[in-house]
Amino acid sequence: MIDYQTVSHDVLVVGAGGAGLRAAIEAAAGGASVGLVCKSLLGKAHTVMAEGGIAAALANVDDRDSWRVHFADTMRGGQYVNNWRMAELHAREAPDRVRELEAWGALFDRTTDGRILQRNFGGHRYPRLAHVGDRTGLEMIRTLQDHGVHQGIDVHMECTVLTLLTDGGRVSGAFGYDRERGRFRLFRAKAVVLATGGIGRAYKITSNSWEYTGDGHSLAYHAGAALQDMEFVQFHPTGMIWPPSVRGILVTEGVRGEGGVLRNSEGRRFMFDDVPENYSAQTASDEEEGWRYTQGDKSARRPPELLTRDHVARCIVREVREGRGSPHGGVFLDISWIKEKLPNAADHIRRKLPSMYHQFMQLAGIDITKEPMEIGPTTHYVMGGVRVDGDTQMSTVPGLFAAGECAAGLHGANRLGGNSLSDLVVFGKRAGEHAVRFAASNGAAGVDEAQVEAAARTALEPFSRAGSAEQPYEVQDTLQECMQDLVGIVRTGREMEEALGCIGTLTGRAARVFVRGNREYNPGWHTALDLGHLLTVSEAITRSALERRESRGGHFREDYPDRDPSFAAFNFVVRKGDGGEMRVERAPIPPMPDELKAVIEEMK
Amino acid sequence: MAATTPGTTSPAPAAAAAAPHAGDAYTAAQAAQDARATHARRRFRIWRGADGAGQLTDYTTDTVEGMVVLDAVHQIQAEQANDLAVRWNCKAGKCGSCSAEINGKPQLMCMTRLDQLLPADEPVTVEPMRAFPHVRDLVTDVSWNFRVKPRIAKFTPRPPDAPDGTWRMSQADVDRVQEFRKCIECFLCQDVCHVLRDHHLHEEFVGPRYLVHVAALEMHPLDTADRVPELRQAHGVGYCNITKCCTAVCPEGIKITDNAIIPLKERVVDEFFDPIGKLVKIFSRRRK
Repeated sequence: MIDYQTVSHDVLVVGAGGAGLRAAIEAAAGGASVGLVCKSLLGKAHTVMAEGGIAAALANVDDRDSWRVHFADTMRGGQYVNNWRMAELHAREAPDRVRELEAWGALFDRTTDGRILQRNFGGHRYPRLAHVGDRTGLEMIRTLQDHGVHQGIDVHMECTVLTLLTDGGRVSGAFGYDRERGRFRLFRAKAVVLATGGIGRAYKITSNSWEYTGDGHSLAYHAGAALQDMEFVQFHPTGMIWPPSVRGILVTEGVRGEGGVLRNSEGRRFMFDDVPENYSAQTASDEEEGWRYTQGDKSARRPPELLTRDHVARCIVREVREGRGSPHGGVFLDISWIKEKLPNAADHIRRKLPSMYHQFMQLAGIDITKEPMEIGPTTHYVMGGVRVDGDTQMSTVPGLFAAGECAAGLHGANRLGGNSLSDLVVFGKRAGEHAVRFAASNGAAGVDEAQVEAAARTALEPFSRAGSAEQPYEVQDTLQECMQDLVGIVRTGREMEEALGCIGTLTGRAARVFVRGNREYNPGWHTALDLGHLLTVSEAITRSALERRESRGGHFREDYPDRDPSFAAFNFVVRKGDGGEMRVERAPIPPMPDELKAVIEEMK
Repeated sequence: MAATTPGTTSPAPAAAAAAPHAGDAYTAAQAAQDARATHARRRFRIWRGADGAGQLTDYTTDTVEGMVVLDAVHQIQAEQANDLAVRWNCKAGKCGSCSAEINGKPQLMCMTRLDQLLPADEPVTVEPMRAFPHVRDLVTDVSWNFRVKPRIAKFTPRPPDAPDGTWRMSQADVDRVQEFRKCIECFLCQDVCHVLRDHHLHEEFVGPRYLVHVAALEMHPLDTADRVPELRQAHGVGYCNITKCCTAVCPEGIKITDNAIIPLKERVVDEFFDPIGKLVKIFSRRRK
């Protein structure tokens, strides 16, 4: 008999970043009793790391902007395999969600006439990102947190969900444990919203924290839900690379938005050398025009540094590969050069990019107002996730919803910077709203005691393997190296087959890991429990990437370096087969309504 | 490729020695950096134990140039003590999870470089925050902080007054509050505040973090709520005697005492202890 505590909620939200908090707020406002599970303390979720801003066509800085331009930019950036309905809803609703944050106390930077200021970012035609210096994510999560704590939401801090419970095909709750005491907790719920974020910890070089182990992806998959677009992983072009201990920490795209340029060891602005055809009409033809764009000249086109992240990351890899890298194996990102253009440039940089200044000063001993940074790509975001209905965010399992990074669709093959924060609030709200409706019209489902007992036994097994030499940290390390080396920025079929072998071996090793100590706040145990999620998402990424025999967005294959239009007609969907095997299928993309097609044509 | 040339003096980790795959020139270049970095052995004394009981335990580990305390703790955790409890998230000074007392000074483990902790042949002592109940190793129970916030009157904006149904605010008015909103809730200021740490007045005093929170609300250009009466009573602003210990440890450089607490104290004085102000108030109330 396993000992556990039981709590009941109408709606259980798993994950307390921007999407989870917004979903919980909406569900509570809809009259539901809401439980919010955070893997860490409240307000520490990965949303705090978002720096540059939240994309919304407020048109405060450039009145030519509108939801139509934002929609077209998002589709172009995602290379047209996005869920067009989500892209439409997102572009239409993001401005209201930003104004709502302001009404809840967020203080964005201002235009001279007192409205919300917006900045330039990669792939966005007009200045569109509402921001607070370079700590927009913190502002957003704190606003939601401070609003949410007055809403009567039950917050389960430092609690990890191990498995979802289902009853007759629909979701009926979740089973997890509290980290502080290591006690099991059963959550009965009429509807569950997953808002668990991403998968970055499957890779060695990442901007993601320890929490990003693909829990929501894996929980949904094992509960029978479909995942989609898992081959599309975003490698952010600018992560720190030196010293080794800071490798992967994010350097905001805002640096380039404020006029920062990329140079190779020869001092050349190499981004001018390779501008994709579908962006050539929007890209500056010389350095002078690029600078004017960053300074708000409406007649200028944006510099090539602000091309989409997938493309910039690959150009950096090319420079390093061809021997034109910086001393520590990346390239140079220089904002200090703007002193040639602006009086008081150093003050300007410190005001616009305070945490970047601080981060480089403290961790690398570099003064970014005086010298260039060295940067290189870092695993940042997964476009793929739980396959959801665009309007309701419900997965293919009734009662199970997903929002934010762990859901798929909005971003297609590549996400534009700034579209993630808006994603969180637009679809967090929708998920919360529809979860309440589902809970109200469907009532409670049963919980299968046997399912609970089995989950608890599996979770405790690592303690009973005394004598086994397998350590959880070693298995995790090996997996991270495998994914980094074999399913990274540049992929080949042969290497990914090799990765599948590696994942198979590690699955066997993960089943033998031994955990020392007891159940109370034991990070070794937690790491052992995370391994299952990491292996599931790694396999889903690799199998999907093998099937996509072309290059598109965040997925680049050296053996199929070109885009193949036939692959634009469907998404790859991953499901658990009847025998427990992972199956990859093609799901056709439904035809786009004429109205949206016309928008895309108009914006070309 | 120049960037993959191995270094001279230090031992190369396994990652650098492995043959690079076709697609990962960048990864290989990065792995090669580890070999080029300067390595050294360093001693650590880390608090181990549960629920208040415990002792400093000695560890020695290999350190690499640029490493922060959190890296060393992680390395010890991965290689020598899998169950070493430590709370962390972003490792970039943005989430405020990894607060600890390093060589006796409250700091973020992720932003404290080992090469700043001198002399290098002395061990680095890492202990949990002492003002909060101990859970395990470096982890403390900070849940009290999360119970304080809902007691503070929430943000209450005036009705939108711009033609488009929103508000207008000038950057200058926003700047003042943005300083307070930089707070990452690391609770180092709470840890070092003697009213909480030494006198345990948690029921009477909300601590510097929440005075900053009140200041952010009170000085918010749109807010209309009056928190001054509760500041004096429930939040206990009078307990602060301006020693500025909180300001000294704030990793965000917020001038907690000067910019948040002192102005709040002044508001309390104006409201409750200023006889002329009181007369003016009574007078103006009558006129309404």
